[in-house]
Amino acid sequence: MSKMHVPAPPHGPVPWDKTLAQAMLLDMLRIRRMEEKAAELYGEQKIRGFLHLYIGEEAVATGTLRALTPDDNVIATYREHGHALLRGVPMNAIMAEMFGKQDGCSRGRGGSMHLFDRSRRFFGGQAIVAGALPLATGLALADKLSGRAGLSACFFGEGAMAEGAFHEAMNLAVLWRLPVLFCCENNFYAMGTALARSESQTDLCAKAGAYGLPTVQVDGMDVVAVLQAVKGAADTVRQGGGPVFVELRTYRFRAHSMFDPDLYRPREEIDAWKTRGPIHTYTARLKAQGLLTEAEFLALDAAAQQEVEASVAFAEASPWEPVEDLLHDVYTPPGAT
Amino acid sequence: MGRRISYRDALREGLREALQADPRVFLMGEDVGCYGGTYAVSKGLLEEFGPERIRDTPLSELGFVGAGVGAALGGMRPIVEIMTVNFSLLALDPIVNTAAMLRHMSGGQFSVPLVIRMATGAGRQVAAQHSNSFEGWFAHVPGLRVLAPATVTDARGMLALALADPDPVLIFEHAQLYNTEGELSDTDSVDLCSAQVRRTGTEVSLITYGGCLPKALEAADTLAGQGISAEVIDLRVLRPLDDATVMASVRKCRRAVVVAEGWRSGSLAAEVMARISEQAFFDLDAPLARVCSEEVPIPYPRHLEEAALPQAHKIVATVQALLGPAP
Repeated sequence: MSKMHVPAPPHGPVPWDKTLAQAMLLDMLRIRRMEEKAAELYGEQKIRGFLHLYIGEEAVATGTLRALTPDDNVIATYREHGHALLRGVPMNAIMAEMFGKQDGCSRGRGGSMHLFDRSRRFFGGQAIVAGALPLATGLALADKLSGRAGLSACFFGEGAMAEGAFHEAMNLAVLWRLPVLFCCENNFYAMGTALARSESQTDLCAKAGAYGLPTVQVDGMDVVAVLQAVKGAADTVRQGGGPVFVELRTYRFRAHSMFDPDLYRPREEIDAWKTRGPIHTYTARLKAQGLLTEAEFLALDAAAQQEVEASVAFAEASPWEPVEDLLHDVYTPPGAT
Repeated sequence: MGRRISYRDALREGLREALQADPRVFLMGEDVGCYGGTYAVSKGLLEEFGPERIRDTPLSELGFVGAGVGAALGGMRPIVEIMTVNFSLLALDPIVNTAAMLRHMSGGQFSVPLVIRMATGAGRQVAAQHSNSFEGWFAHVPGLRVLAPATVTDARGMLALALADPDPVLIFEHAQLYNTEGELSDTDSVDLCSAQVRRTGTEVSLITYGGCLPKALEAADTLAGQGISAEVIDLRVLRPLDDATVMASVRKCRRAVVVAEGWRSGSLAAEVMARISEQAFFDLDAPLARVCSEEVPIPYPRHLEEAALPQAHKIVATVQALLGPAP
C-alpha cells in the first residue's frame, strides 16, 4: 500500500447567499443522516442484502444534482441513495425500498441498489459496474433523435473506467455528439482495489480525454467546487457540442459494503481524508463567513434527523407485497404503459 | 396464392413499413447503413431514411445494445441489429441484466420496448466462432420474448408486432434462411404467442423452429414416401413456449421428435421434451427423441459440419427407430 497524497481540506469563500448555502448543507445532512440510520438498521436486520454507503462522498451528488434540471435524465450506480434523495425521491419511499416494502420507490422489488423513479427521470440504481454508461448514451440518443431538451447525467465510479462498457459508451457519445454528462466519482478504490493497481493510466481525465471530449477534474469533497464545475460542464453539454467528462475526486469513509472488512486501506489514509470531510469543512466555512450559526446548524441537523425518523416509521408501517403478486412486473400487462 | 418473396426481402419489407409507420423507430447496428447490412437485409434503407434512422455503429456490441436499451427507455422504438448471435455474447449484460430485468426491479415503472434482431445458426462452413445457435440461452430468461421466424410470412410480419410489444423482443433469423423463398400467406396469422402446424400428420410430431423447419419438412416428405405420417410443428416463439399447440399435436400423434440446432445438453429441445413429459406423458406410445447438434464446436470442413448438425436423414432415421421395425 503506497502512501496516497491527501490534499488540504476544502477552504475559501462560499459564493452563495445564505439560503442556497444552507440548502446545500441540508442536502448533505439529509444523505448523511439517512445513511447512518440505514447502517444502524442493517445491524438490526431491517435492511438486508447489499448496502453501499455514500458517507464521505455527499458533496458529489449534492453539487452535481443542484446543477441539473427536472428535464435531465439521471442514472447512477448501486451507491445511489443520495442521488435518488436529492433528485426528489421522498426519503420515505427510499427507506421503504431498503426495507423491501411495497411503498418503496421500486415497490420493494429492487432494494438499496435499485432505486427508480420514473416521474423524476431517475433511471436507477444500476448495479452492474459501468452498466449505466451505455444506457445514458442511449437516453441521450433518444433525446437527440426526438428533439427533447435535457441532458443525461451518468454517475459511475472510477472502477467502471476499466470496463469495456466505459470505452464503448464514451466512443459512441463523442462520435454522435450526444448530450451526456459523464460524472466519474473517483473514490480511489474499486471495491478493494486501489486506482494504481487497476488502471494503467491513473490520470482519469487524460484517459477519458483520449476520446476527444472536454474533461474537468474537481475536488469532490468541496460542494462549492462541485456545483461550479458541474454547472460549467452541463452548460457545455447543453450547448450541443457533445458530452463532457467530470472527474469528482472523493473518498468513502465507510467500507465498500456492509460485508467489507476494509483491510486494504491504511488507517492513516482514511483519517487524513476524514479531515477533508465534505460536511464539517463546509460547515466551518459557512460559520467563518457568517452564513450559518451553530443554532442554525443544529436546526438543520434536527430537521434531517426528523425526516429520517419519519421515514423509518413509514417503512415499518408499509405492507409487504403479497406472495401472490410474485410474478408481477416481469412483462408489461396489457393496457399498462 | 400469395406473392413470392425471399426471406431477406420479407424482412426488409417489414423494416421499411416499421420505419414508415412510426418516427420513433430507427435501426442501428454494424454495417446496417452504407454496407447495406451484412446479410443485405437493410440494403437501400439508408438512402430512403437517412443516417439518423439507419445508423451505422462502431464494433461495440456492449455499447450499442446498451444504448438501444437507453433509447427505448428514452421513448424511442429502436431496432438493434447484432450481426450474428455469436457477437451477442459481447452484449449479454445489457440484454439479460438490464433489458430483461428493468421492469421488474423498478417495480413496474420502466418497460423496455426494444427489438434486437440477429442472425443465428450454422451451415455455411464459417467454422466454430460464427456458427452458434444460442437462442435457447435467451429463451431461458424471464422478461424477454424470443422469436424465430422461419417462413417469409413470419419474417415480414413479426417485426411490427415486436415493435408494438412494450417489452424487449429478440428476433433470431437463421442465416440459412435469408436466401430461401416462399409465398407470403394471406391466411396464416402472425402473432407472438403461438406455434404453428406447418404440416399435418398423425403418427409422429416433429417439433422444430427456425433453420431446422425446412429440414423437418423435408424429412416429413421422405417419411410420407415410406407410409409414415409426420406432423410438423414450428414453434416460432421460443419464449413464451406455446404448450397447447405442442401438446395437442403430441396427444394426437403419440410420438414426438424435437429438432433443434443447439447442442442437446441443457437445450431448448430438452425444455420442450421436459414439458411434454410433464403434460402428455401418458399419451405417449414411445420415448421422446430429439435431433440436435452434436456436442462439438461446429467444424469447418463441409462433411464434418453436416455431420454435426441436424439433417433430414437424421430426423428420418430417428422417427424410424421410434416406430420400430415394420410389423
